[in-house]
Amino acid sequence: MRKYIVKRLLQSIVILFFVAFIIYALMRCLPTSYVETIARQKSMAPGSKSYEEWMEQLTALYNLDGSIISGYFHWLGSMLRGDFGDSWKWTVPVLTKFNDTVWLSFVMGLISFILEILIAIPLGIIAATKQYSKTDYTISVIALAGISLPTFFFASLLKLVFSVKLGWFDLYGLVGRNYDQLSTFGQLMDKGNHLILPIITLVVVSMGGLMRYTRTNMLEVLNADYIRTARAKGLSERKVIYHHAFRNTLIPIVTIIGSSLPGLFSGALITETLFGIPGIGFASYYSMIAGDIPFSMFFLVFSAMLTLLGNLIADILYAVVDPRVRIA
Amino acid sequence: MDNEKEKMTSVQNEQKEEQYSLSDDRRVKVLSPGALVAKRFFRNRLAVTGMIILLLMFVFSYIGGIITPYAQDQKFYRTDVQAKDYAGVLHNEEFRYTVGNSDLFKSSTHAQALKAIIEGSKSFDYDGYSYTLDEIDKDIYTITCNGEIVGIASKELVNSSTIEPCSFQFTYDAFKARAEKKTSFTSEGVNYNLGADGVITTEDGTEKAYISEYIVKAVMSDVFFTREFKNELIEAVEAGDESFTYTGEDGVTAEYILKYDAATKAWDVKQEIDTKVFDTYSSPSKAHWLGTDRNGMDMLTRLMYGGRISLMIGFIVVFIEAILGVIMGGISGYFGGWIDGLIMRIVDVFYCIPSMPIIIILGAAMDAANLPSLTRMIYLMLILGFLGWAGIARLVRGQILSLREQEFMTATEACGISVPRRIFKHLIPNVIPQLIVYMTMGLGETIILEATLSFLGLGVRFPFASWGNIINDVNDTFVLTNYWFIWIPAGILLLVTVLAFNIVGDGLRDAFDPKMKR
Repeated sequence: MRKYIVKRLLQSIVILFFVAFIIYALMRCLPTSYVETIARQKSMAPGSKSYEEWMEQLTALYNLDGSIISGYFHWLGSMLRGDFGDSWKWTVPVLTKFNDTVWLSFVMGLISFILEILIAIPLGIIAATKQYSKTDYTISVIALAGISLPTFFFASLLKLVFSVKLGWFDLYGLVGRNYDQLSTFGQLMDKGNHLILPIITLVVVSMGGLMRYTRTNMLEVLNADYIRTARAKGLSERKVIYHHAFRNTLIPIVTIIGSSLPGLFSGALITETLFGIPGIGFASYYSMIAGDIPFSMFFLVFSAMLTLLGNLIADILYAVVDPRVRIA
Repeated sequence: MDNEKEKMTSVQNEQKEEQYSLSDDRRVKVLSPGALVAKRFFRNRLAVTGMIILLLMFVFSYIGGIITPYAQDQKFYRTDVQAKDYAGVLHNEEFRYTVGNSDLFKSSTHAQALKAIIEGSKSFDYDGYSYTLDEIDKDIYTITCNGEIVGIASKELVNSSTIEPCSFQFTYDAFKARAEKKTSFTSEGVNYNLGADGVITTEDGTEKAYISEYIVKAVMSDVFFTREFKNELIEAVEAGDESFTYTGEDGVTAEYILKYDAATKAWDVKQEIDTKVFDTYSSPSKAHWLGTDRNGMDMLTRLMYGGRISLMIGFIVVFIEAILGVIMGGISGYFGGWIDGLIMRIVDVFYCIPSMPIIIILGAAMDAANLPSLTRMIYLMLILGFLGWAGIARLVRGQILSLREQEFMTATEACGISVPRRIFKHLIPNVIPQLIVYMTMGLGETIILEATLSFLGLGVRFPFASWGNIINDVNDTFVLTNYWFIWIPAGILLLVTVLAFNIVGDGLRDAFDPKMKR
């Protein structure tokens, strides 16, 4: 088992190395408009150096001279030392901005993830136990509708109904207008209030997948021989489903839940941007639009790392949770 | 009904049984695997509904675009009544000074003259000169100094009707003529006629100036008012009307709105004229069933063309993904060994690349490069396809790994069939069912992805319409609040289409699965 994990870890590192290289090469190939803009701005200042001099200094500062490969190794070296540079857009060190934003995204993601689990798994099981019934069709259509619903359209609908027509929530932002006058508890409540619509969006858009996954797996388990045996034994249907079948369904579900956990740190790019929630998705979106290479690079590599971590967790959990799986 | 049918079929069966001998193959009803799949698929009512929705969507997008009387980027206009600042009317209630000799009648002298007028004195001294006041008419005074008339203080004014301002001498002569109730006078060697309404005309009848307490000035320098218009305007002002209509010499009737501004003691006159403007955000009507958008284009037509683009991008992207995925997955699965290892690591790398951020960055870069809309769309499709093939490659490889161990593959080897032929003629067709299911679901996903990008303004660009960039307008809170018809129909079309693709994909998966009960 340990050998397997070590092997997978090493493999992941190699993959990450190449992913980072592709991302770096891509970023380097972009028109370096941001550096040029900054250089132009700085050269405009009275008594400043000329545009060319600024350009030279900035490219040297950001290691944009030299070839892509040498630049990549330079970047990799400083990254390994924990130095991701300063964000151009936010004018603070990348890690500071990351630390400022990631926790908000994580909390938002975690709450919606828990809600998603609480809604999707029971519904998926109900749909499977009543296969081909009206309930099953309804749940299946709801799940498919959730998958098919474009995030931005659903978010706009929510805004129209709850913010514009009913006036319950603000259209944008994490804090209300009178945030500074509120008590600590009031401030927390205010933030919570502003997170309701984004969380609803996230839950509705993402629960469909888990619901269908649960249903499919539950169906597979219900067709297994040991369920027939349990029924033949004369166990009550309740016991068969919630005791025998459910536990076996949990194996793939726990695996997929475990592998989704790292993803909670990558934020919700579209939702955060639409609702103006200053999380990591929001920050990275505006960094990417502005051509902020240090922050975008960091975010992209970070996302790739989370994906790899998710896969790794899935593989390990698969072996750990299911006693039938043995890894040589 | 059903009973009858059953009877009918049983009768037919009996007849057939009579016709065919026991060993006859035709006694067994044989369905090809394809027919079985189709049968299972059409028995699934949900999937059939999805199929019908998709068909309708294609008809809507492709045939609708032909039927609609409007073009994709045809702009519509409407005439709108716009109130434009037209003139200003000033009612003069204070003394105004017409200066004849600016050395002797300076602005500081004006105040002294006013003081004298109010006090009723006939003369005043100022700055070492002595001035004499003469009232030549009601509220019209001449100021004389050293025997020279240096200025006139009056409430009424002689307003020039031409661009050329009236000279001092002319003003004086005009006032004098009116005070003496003459109908004509001579000033600076020219004869003028003076009408009862204060209008001064030259002998050939052209208007030179008029005497009035009201000053009418045009806002635009190229507009000259006729006497008639001015009279009507002043009448309306005196009557305290808020608006009046006037038909000009050219026969154009316009409505004028008068608004008194207490601060400047003047009336603003606005002319309401019909202006041709883009018919933006007009509500649904007979001509435009879903209204018009920000650019004054017909919404329904935009939706039809948007559907074409959205569907087309979906199909092309999925096609690119499938080609890349099948080639890579096929090679990987068939050869195994280090080739498999290498290709699967490449797949892993592509799987890890966060595609949404990358596409956003590339979209922003394409913005910076100012690519034309069509090139942009082609790049978008290529990028989406290139980033999305990893899933298909994994699927194909997995299937082929298990298929290549089967006997029919040994048979192909024994027959000496070439490797590419073995892969693409014998292995791939067996993967097609899973591939079709995956591609159908992938179509929905791609359409959402494209719509999201277009929504963010990084995908399909104007003048092309796509469902995503139609909804893009909702970023404007005013549109979100007031114009549902701009974004809700596009969103519903998008939702329904993607839903239909998913339902059909689901139905196909069930239909392809031989283990299915039904």
